[in-house]
Amino acid sequence: MEISLQSYIMVSSLLFGIGFFGVLIRKNTLVVYMCLELMLNACNLGLIAFSKYHGAMGGNLFVFFIITVAAAEVAVGLAIIVALFKKRQTVQLEELNALQK
Amino acid sequence: MAEQIFFNVFSLIALVSAVLVVVNKNPVNAAMFLIVSFLGLASLFVMLEAYFLAVIQVLVYAGAVVVLFLFIIMLLDVKEAASKKVFTPITIASGAIGGAILILGIALIRSSETLDRSKEDAIGLDVDPLKEFGNQLFTTYLLPMQVTGFLLLIAMIGVIVLSKKFEKEGA
Repeated sequence: MEISLQSYIMVSSLLFGIGFFGVLIRKNTLVVYMCLELMLNACNLGLIAFSKYHGAMGGNLFVFFIITVAAAEVAVGLAIIVALFKKRQTVQLEELNALQK
Repeated sequence: MAEQIFFNVFSLIALVSAVLVVVNKNPVNAAMFLIVSFLGLASLFVMLEAYFLAVIQVLVYAGAVVVLFLFIIMLLDVKEAASKKVFTPITIASGAIGGAILILGIALIRSSETLDRSKEDAIGLDVDPLKEFGNQLFTTYLLPMQVTGFLLLIAMIGVIVLSKKFEKEGA
């Protein structure tokens, strides 16, 4: 196998960067949430690559836990967004500025 | 050689569709590209011989999570309003700092010698990976496993409480 660990870490960090900038520039709460998922997945790729090249199973198990926690997080987060929408009739971040006033 | 081509194709799929998730104006399209990005990542997991996690990735992320997203998008029927100010001073500042950290990190990864490992240097597992996975899950990582179970229970109760309509006290 010619693919080095570096390549995987590179893809992982680029994916994390894309997710990070998505969180910064998007104003739709749902899309911000999707970008958070992208960042979590970038971390997963890094962990699995390290785990593979180190020859230990620990990284894979952590990814398993991260996926479980992410699934729980999405369920709760989307329930909060729905509750917010019921109260404010919007999911745009710039209109959710009650704490700024 | 073939492996290099597969790696390039899969990482390109994952990265390009991730960019499309960010730039897409329509949340439904963004969710669709999110599926493509997750499938690309799952293929990379297969290349790293993490077959179980690749299956979990497709089932949980591309299946459950994105369907949940699509369901909420349909339920709320959100339209991306033309944003007045995309780049606020805080966005620019944090974007510059984040970009600088990212570029620095990539430069460090590029120049690092300890990260420059090929498969030959890797310490191979001489047991069945899936068997080892299950074994460690119920021995070394038993406590995290239990905590995760409780977390799922708490999340379930939390979602029910959040979406329940409460009657006013004394009404």
